[in-house]
Amino acid sequence: MLIRVENLRKDYVNGDVVTPVLHGVSFTVEPGEFLAVMGPSGSGKSTLMHILGFLDRPTAGAYFFEGRDTRTFTDAELARLRNERVGFVFQAFNLLPRTTVLDNVRLPLLYGTKRNQDALARRALEAVGLTHRLGHLSNQLSGGEKQRVAIARALVGDPAVIFADEPTGNLDSKSGNVVMDILQTLNDQGRTIILVTHETDTANHAKRIIRLKDGLVVSDVVVKKRTRAGDRGELGK
Amino acid sequence: MNVRDTFGLVSRTLLARKGRSLLTMLGIVIGVSGVIVILALGAGAQSLILGQVTKLGSDLLSVQPGKSNEKGPPVQLFGIVVTTLTNADADALRRVPHIKAADAMVLGTATVTWGNQSIDTNFFGTDGYHPDVLTFTMREGTYFSVAQADAGANVAVLGSTVADELFGSRGVDPVGQVIKVRNAAQAQAGGVPLRVVGVINPRGNIAVVNMDDQVFLPLPIGQQQLLGIRHLQLIDLKVDAAAHVPQAIADVTRVMDERHHVRTQDQEDFTVRSQADIMNILSSITSALSLFLAAMAAISLVVGGVGILNIMLVTVAERTREIGLRKAVGATNGAIARQFLLEAAALTGAGGLVGVALGAAIALAAALVMHALGYEWAYVVSPFSVVLALVISVLTGVGFGLYPALKAARLDPIEALRYE
Ligand SMILES: Nc1ncnc2c1ncn2[C@@H]1O[C@H](COP(=O)(O)OP(=O)(O)OP(=O)(O)O)[C@@H](O)[C@H]1O
Ligand SMILES: [Mg+2]
Repeated sequence: MLIRVENLRKDYVNGDVVTPVLHGVSFTVEPGEFLAVMGPSGSGKSTLMHILGFLDRPTAGAYFFEGRDTRTFTDAELARLRNERVGFVFQAFNLLPRTTVLDNVRLPLLYGTKRNQDALARRALEAVGLTHRLGHLSNQLSGGEKQRVAIARALVGDPAVIFADEPTGNLDSKSGNVVMDILQTLNDQGRTIILVTHETDTANHAKRIIRLKDGLVVSDVVVKKRTRAGDRGELGK
Repeated sequence: MNVRDTFGLVSRTLLARKGRSLLTMLGIVIGVSGVIVILALGAGAQSLILGQVTKLGSDLLSVQPGKSNEKGPPVQLFGIVVTTLTNADADALRRVPHIKAADAMVLGTATVTWGNQSIDTNFFGTDGYHPDVLTFTMREGTYFSVAQADAGANVAVLGSTVADELFGSRGVDPVGQVIKVRNAAQAQAGGVPLRVVGVINPRGNIAVVNMDDQVFLPLPIGQQQLLGIRHLQLIDLKVDAAAHVPQAIADVTRVMDERHHVRTQDQEDFTVRSQADIMNILSSITSALSLFLAAMAAISLVVGGVGILNIMLVTVAERTREIGLRKAVGATNGAIARQFLLEAAALTGAGGLVGVALGAAIALAAALVMHALGYEWAYVVSPFSVVLALVISVLTGVGFGLYPALKAARLDPIEALRYE
């Protein structure tokens, strides 16, 4: 089991104002899954993804990652999990401006201990088909290319799971399809993908769909049984 | 993130904002160059003072009228006129054991005329023992004798500057020429005619007095005809050996106390000083000046540091999204703090380097000016001062960069990524 959340709650607190967002969410994710999280705007999808990706902590409830209880983890341990075990793809790309494609992809490696950073970054760029853009500055890329660089960056540390929060939200349908095909391929190679989307087309790539509403899971269905290429493939295998 | 990566990142970030980086460094540049200049000037002044002590010899004493504070400048500087030091005092001191020679003196400003040439300079009225007290050589002629001085003969010895200014352009031999010397205090028109009997080789400054820009004339002429006074303004004493200086000071003081009927020390109307004392006063004045300049340098470093603080806060705010992203991909709080600390330290460190270069250049210019003025001024920029300045500048960066760096490190990744 890769992920297990139990009765996860999240309240945002701004001064005296408490906004409860997640009201007790429970589910599990196995390695190799391709999970889509759907639901109306404001239902708490991004909030859930941030908690799963160690960018935020839950207010209550338990989150087990690779069998370990994350409640007791220090900030430094969470930083290390973000660096080594998960990759995050944002709707707004979030590339470093005035920085080359290669350096953007290398960024997570700077905070880790892996050697051969250039070679790893090149392999990640190969996986998204952007080796011909290595030296370009990030602001010289199209939106679709930017998101592919972001996927390479999420992939470069060989994570157990890639989280993607509306990765096609800022793209036209053509580049959106390219991005989804890449995620699909990664999943075919065994990489676990957890994706947030509004669009049914996009969700169709997934094998399983969880629907949120008002901070609760309202449905959790397996839509496809696909054969797995491997349990959790190594990059480029 | 290793040191090399961090350094590469930081230098690229700073180079991308060259203009702002330079402006931010300015305060540090000024402060550090100040530190370098002060230390260099201090060392230069030290060498000057040491040089003067060796030039005068540590076996020289002086008796000045009026009681001066032990560490302070002579009372005359405050406009106090004391008339109780007399020729008879000088004669009595010549009989004190270990005193080899005594030169009784008055001094003032003088206008010297030769033909239709006229220059403003200074004079020493001395009683002919000048060569016995100070060491110097004659360029031509001789110094006037004690007998000539006692008799108030109309003779004069010129410092080299005075001789060159009056006679140099005419190619005339000064010895044998008659000059006229006048003091502002003197009523008699035209001046006192004096025959030049000698010219002294250049000997530079002694204490702060330029000895080459002087006319030396017999004491009676200085007292009676130029100044219209009967007292002395200075007695220089030569002790037979440096080792006897403390004994000589005690003896001179005792003789003076007896002659002036002094019973307690606060009644003393004279001051006995050794050259070492005089040099100590000079160096305490220079060190007070250094302290003042050091305070200025410290202030500009603080101002520079506040500039760093400001610009780093702006930088952290501008780059909030970048910080959020770095944390999202696994940067620890420590890695973020290190990045911004190093950025601040690199800014001030670079400012420090520029400041060292600027300070060394200013100190060199100062040394050249001092040389041109005739002082034996050493140009010293010690490795210690360079290291000190660089350490101070880097520490300024670290000190004032700490708060912005911690602020960056504590940002919440999600909030930082949402920051517009
Ligand atoms: N920092 C915050 N402080 C207070 N409330 C917040 C904060 N962040 C999110 N919320 C609220 O929590 C709720 C859920 O937000 P979330 O971003 O998780 O929704 P979402 O399902 O991702 O929506 P969308 O589909 O529009 O992206 C929203 O009502 C939002 O206003
Ligand atoms: Mg969202």
